Amino acid sequence: MNVHEYQAKEIFARYGVPAGVGRVAHSADAAMAVANELGGERWVVKAQVHAGGRGKAGGVKICDSVDEVKKVAGEMIGATLETKQSGGVALPINCVYVEKPADIQNELYLSVLVDRATRRVTFIASPEGGMDIEEVAEATPEKIMQIAMHPAAGFQAYQAREVGFFLGRDKKQVGQFVKVMKGLYEMFTECDASLVEINPLVTTADGGLIALDGKLNFDDNALFRHAEFAEMRDITQENEREAKAAEFDLNYIQLDGNIGCMVNGAGLAMGTMDLVKLHGGEPANFLDVGGGATTERVTEAFKLITAGEGVKAILVNIFGGIVRCDLIAEGIITAAKDVGINVPVVVRLEGTNAEEGRKLLDECDYDLIAAQDLTDAAKKVVAEAAK
Amino acid sequence: MSILVNNDTKLIVQGFTGSQGTFHSEQCIAYGTNIVGGVTPGRGGETHLERPVFNTCADAVKETGANATMIYVPAPFAADAILEAEAAGIKTIICITEHIPVMDMLKVRSVLDASDSVLIGPNCPGVITPGECKIGIMPAHIHQKGKIGIVSRSGTLTYEAVFQTTHNGLGQSTCVGIGGDPIHGLDFTDVLEMFENDPQTEGVVMVGEIGGTAEEEAAEYIKHNMKKPVVAYIAGVTAPPGKRMGHAGAIISGGKGTADDKFAALEAAGVATVRSTAEIGTKMEEVLG
Repeated sequence: MNVHEYQAKEIFARYGVPAGVGRVAHSADAAMAVANELGGERWVVKAQVHAGGRGKAGGVKICDSVDEVKKVAGEMIGATLETKQSGGVALPINCVYVEKPADIQNELYLSVLVDRATRRVTFIASPEGGMDIEEVAEATPEKIMQIAMHPAAGFQAYQAREVGFFLGRDKKQVGQFVKVMKGLYEMFTECDASLVEINPLVTTADGGLIALDGKLNFDDNALFRHAEFAEMRDITQENEREAKAAEFDLNYIQLDGNIGCMVNGAGLAMGTMDLVKLHGGEPANFLDVGGGATTERVTEAFKLITAGEGVKAILVNIFGGIVRCDLIAEGIITAAKDVGINVPVVVRLEGTNAEEGRKLLDECDYDLIAAQDLTDAAKKVVAEAAK
Repeated sequence: MSILVNNDTKLIVQGFTGSQGTFHSEQCIAYGTNIVGGVTPGRGGETHLERPVFNTCADAVKETGANATMIYVPAPFAADAILEAEAAGIKTIICITEHIPVMDMLKVRSVLDASDSVLIGPNCPGVITPGECKIGIMPAHIHQKGKIGIVSRSGTLTYEAVFQTTHNGLGQSTCVGIGGDPIHGLDFTDVLEMFENDPQTEGVVMVGEIGGTAEEEAAEYIKHNMKKPVVAYIAGVTAPPGKRMGHAGAIISGGKGTADDKFAALEAAGVATVRSTAEIGTKMEEVLG
């Protein structure tokens, strides 16, 4: 789960990670009030959306008067922002963050994540702040440092010193690095974060360090022990259908193709999408209905799939393990009738009572196309979508 | 022979009396798995499914001599259950539970790394040696005793591979679901090594998916250490970057972990790969000649 910059910075502050001086505002007037309260002569107004790359997309503006703050905030709030990292969608701006500008000397990069290969909490640092870190890693790998925390020992000061000196900092700033990285490590582990990314982490003229931006992701599986963070979720920033699917415990991801897929099991769901592609089709979605695949969930799944524009055909691929295929077939028939699907549906059933299931599909008055096997199913659905 | 579990496995079930634990224990018992008892804290001394219930793993091991455990404990308490099993000296720990926090698994894995117990999973269908012992949630009837070892990160894709190798008469020696989480117990290389050393296994099916580098490590291992043929399939060619595809571990991040990279690594290691899940069984027949 993602949170906004202003929420991330609030949590940073609790762990002693300096994040500048600023506040969130939900209206133009509130933004002006924040600017007045902060004082000074310049302010930065930042659109709060769940995506990086805001600056280049016009989501970060420097203002020289409180009136300008009000004007800019008024233009942003209620509008949408599409960035290179927002996945091709324009995200709604519900609030802005107003902060004092930093006197920037250097822009650095610092992030924390779990490296699955070493199974350690790992810091990644680079002197190339403000850039796309993947591009830095590709073009100039020598400018990236990775340092892993031992699970028993945790963070050690020497690790921050190594990072600080690698980033070309002097003795005094290296001392601050120790404080910042210690705070980030504690925050990461205590809050069950899955990613903390500060890009850029800036050094200021007076020798300070400030997290100018902050990205914070939490491990969804650990939200049960962090009710406060769970409440920070902003579903307006998420894909509407994907959020709806989550309500019904369905794993759904929207894609660009025209063949809807409904499958039990995440691996098989991916395998089914791949198979559709292999036979010349384009999947419209990833959808795992789970092991249960009850009538209710199948109905919801059909609703999600058919809500997609341009879905020309649907492939249902169920491997009945402990669940019986004849029961699943009944569920599919009921759901297809209830939802009123008007595109061809190809069904492949395999596993327990598959024969009985196929017979039910053949005999029902709803026009479902039963497939003999996986390859047959993929070919049939691709052919139907092309009609 | 086979790997990990067989007729000599004495199994306990953690989360024995819960609905999932009860349902799947019944299925395992019906298959012939030797379940010697279960653990539910506070219900020690009771009998469930005609087997004794214990308060702790330590009690269960002492009274029954259990050498394996199957865990259905809910995610918030599952890491604790794994560590309890390890502390009780249980050598084969199979954790079915899904949605365990990553932070918990980091601790678990670091304990397991220094232990002679092995963990399979979490978030996996379990392990089955057909005809001898079923530990987990896989549908028993699709399996058939035979010569193919199967190792997979995905449950339903394991069933596909099983179904196809049963259908063409090859059968399975042991099927191991290593689970779909980013931090888990046994990895592909560990299981591949066991299959290489198992006389019953003549060929191995490996089912991977996007995310991480376990398939690339497996490719290295196969290239240098394996004589038995391996057929591999990787799910997720069509998965968009940055999106988690159902499994917590199935995500392409920073351009790394793509299915194409994994196919390329495996092919460079001389592994027979298939691009269609439907062709796993026929490809295995082909490479075995």
